[in-house]
Amino acid sequence: MNELRIKTPEGVLFSFPLASPIVRFLAWTVDAAVMGALSSITGTCLGLLGVISYDFARAITIIAYFAISIGYGIATEWYWRGQTVGKRLLRLRVVDEQGLRLNFSQIVIRNLLRAVDLLPGFYLFGGVTCLVSSRAQRLGDIAASTVVIRVPSIAEPDLDQLAGGKFNSLRQYPHLEARLRQRISPLEARVLLNALLRRDDFEAAARVNLFAELAGHCRSLVHFPAEATETIADEQYVRNVVDILFRKQQAQR
Amino acid sequence: MIIDLQRFLDAGRPHWSELETMLTKLETDAGYTLQFDQLRRFYALYQRVSADLARVQTFASEPEICRYLESLTGRAYAEIHETRDRGTRFRLWAWFSQDFPRSFRKHIRAFQLSLLITLVGTAFGAIAVGVDPDAKAAILPEQFSHLAGDPAKRVHDEETRKTDRFNHVKATFASSLMQNNIRVSILTLATGMTFGLGTIVLLFYNGVILGAVAYDYIRAHQTAFLLGWIMPHGVIEIPSILIAGQAGLLIGKTLIGGKERSTLKSRLRAIGPDLLNLIGGASLMLVWAGMVESFFSQVHEPVMPYAAKIAFGFAELTLLCWFLNRRIPREVPAP
Repeated sequence: MNELRIKTPEGVLFSFPLASPIVRFLAWTVDAAVMGALSSITGTCLGLLGVISYDFARAITIIAYFAISIGYGIATEWYWRGQTVGKRLLRLRVVDEQGLRLNFSQIVIRNLLRAVDLLPGFYLFGGVTCLVSSRAQRLGDIAASTVVIRVPSIAEPDLDQLAGGKFNSLRQYPHLEARLRQRISPLEARVLLNALLRRDDFEAAARVNLFAELAGHCRSLVHFPAEATETIADEQYVRNVVDILFRKQQAQR
Repeated sequence: MIIDLQRFLDAGRPHWSELETMLTKLETDAGYTLQFDQLRRFYALYQRVSADLARVQTFASEPEICRYLESLTGRAYAEIHETRDRGTRFRLWAWFSQDFPRSFRKHIRAFQLSLLITLVGTAFGAIAVGVDPDAKAAILPEQFSHLAGDPAKRVHDEETRKTDRFNHVKATFASSLMQNNIRVSILTLATGMTFGLGTIVLLFYNGVILGAVAYDYIRAHQTAFLLGWIMPHGVIEIPSILIAGQAGLLIGKTLIGGKERSTLKSRLRAIGPDLLNLIGGASLMLVWAGMVESFFSQVHEPVMPYAAKIAFGFAELTLLCWFLNRRIPREVPAP
């Protein structure tokens, strides 16, 4: 299972994609580098206190190093609601296992129990537990009832890609439009929509091939008269089909 | 059937944005609470977004908008269904003087077990050194190598020393002691995740070291020095480690479950705040112990009479017992 699925009492199901151990390890590497940099800067700054008292400067530096090593994860995860610098960069977040609000005690426990995850060295306990656990949890996560999820960028689909409002030759045949909507499955509709939304991500040759294939499939489902289709390219054909599928009210206006 | 996505977005977007604004406010401002009317609106919006999510999941299979609505539903769900206390402003003294002793007493049996394991270890260490004096070298770790020699010689050296060997490094020594002892406490807590076995081993080993050193000094007729040296910081440091052990054993007990009928997840969730109180309280105690050990425990006769140091230790121990066992006003549940 690579998802955290939660069903609300209202019966609505939502899910979060779980972070893999490898990505988590990369985030931890970034955090280790940040902690190293913080310690180095702090050590240099506090070293200036040596002018007043060398003993005092050393004592404060030891405490500062300790506070950074223990407190970095706790402070950042609390301040950024489940994220450290590494997790922000790799778009990860710590969340409660039941989808509830993350509590301070959970953050502290999962960070303190890193001590046992690190044993006997190189995150062996934590790494093995993470690989074995169905929710990719290390021991600290199990104790704190937390999981680490991926937070993909969330954006509404850009429907301008569909060129709404422009002339659509297929709409001249309402009975064929209705047949197309009936014959095409939600999964196929999703493929067509996503192909258009991501058209700029494809290389030119691959894009031509892809839209030729998709248009061919659509044509096999419903045969529109030649005068409606012969002057338009494959990509435009797919665009018109998606327009019909996702903007059916337009025809009724 | 496929929904009209454009119309769906146009109709839903104002509600989604309104909910998102309320959620951001709730998540970023710990002191922010909703009034009754706002709460009703919040719940209505949550229901609306949930319904939109169910609709888009059923009909459209559109991944982007699905993820967006899932994220909103998830965040709103967390706010609506969370029954634990919302983080109020943290007050250090109220937490240390009330929450910490309350958690300590709530799980007193785990502390008693922690004490028992340490005492068994102490007896084992004392017997081992009593039977075979060479065992001391094997028992004491590298960091205690200065205790491996003859106790009588060490006492003589300390009492005839003309200069303070910790002069100009007292603060450094104190901070090293603090961070080392707190690390040991955290490890004692964390190894509770091995069903308590790791915690038991650490507590037992701490006891073994204590027993070996104590027996060695008592056998060499240096009991007064031993008490004067150990008691000022030890009466705080040793209970701190025992409290960390209490927390570790609590984790072990929770993992094992026994006669508990609730699920492992709910049991672990329930002990979370107590674990935090115990390890936090123990860490603060270790800050005090580190300062006492560096600035006071290392001062010996003739500069400081042992009787005075032992009396100081007894006073601390009495105060600690009173502090942890005193009457505390009952916790008032949040309205």
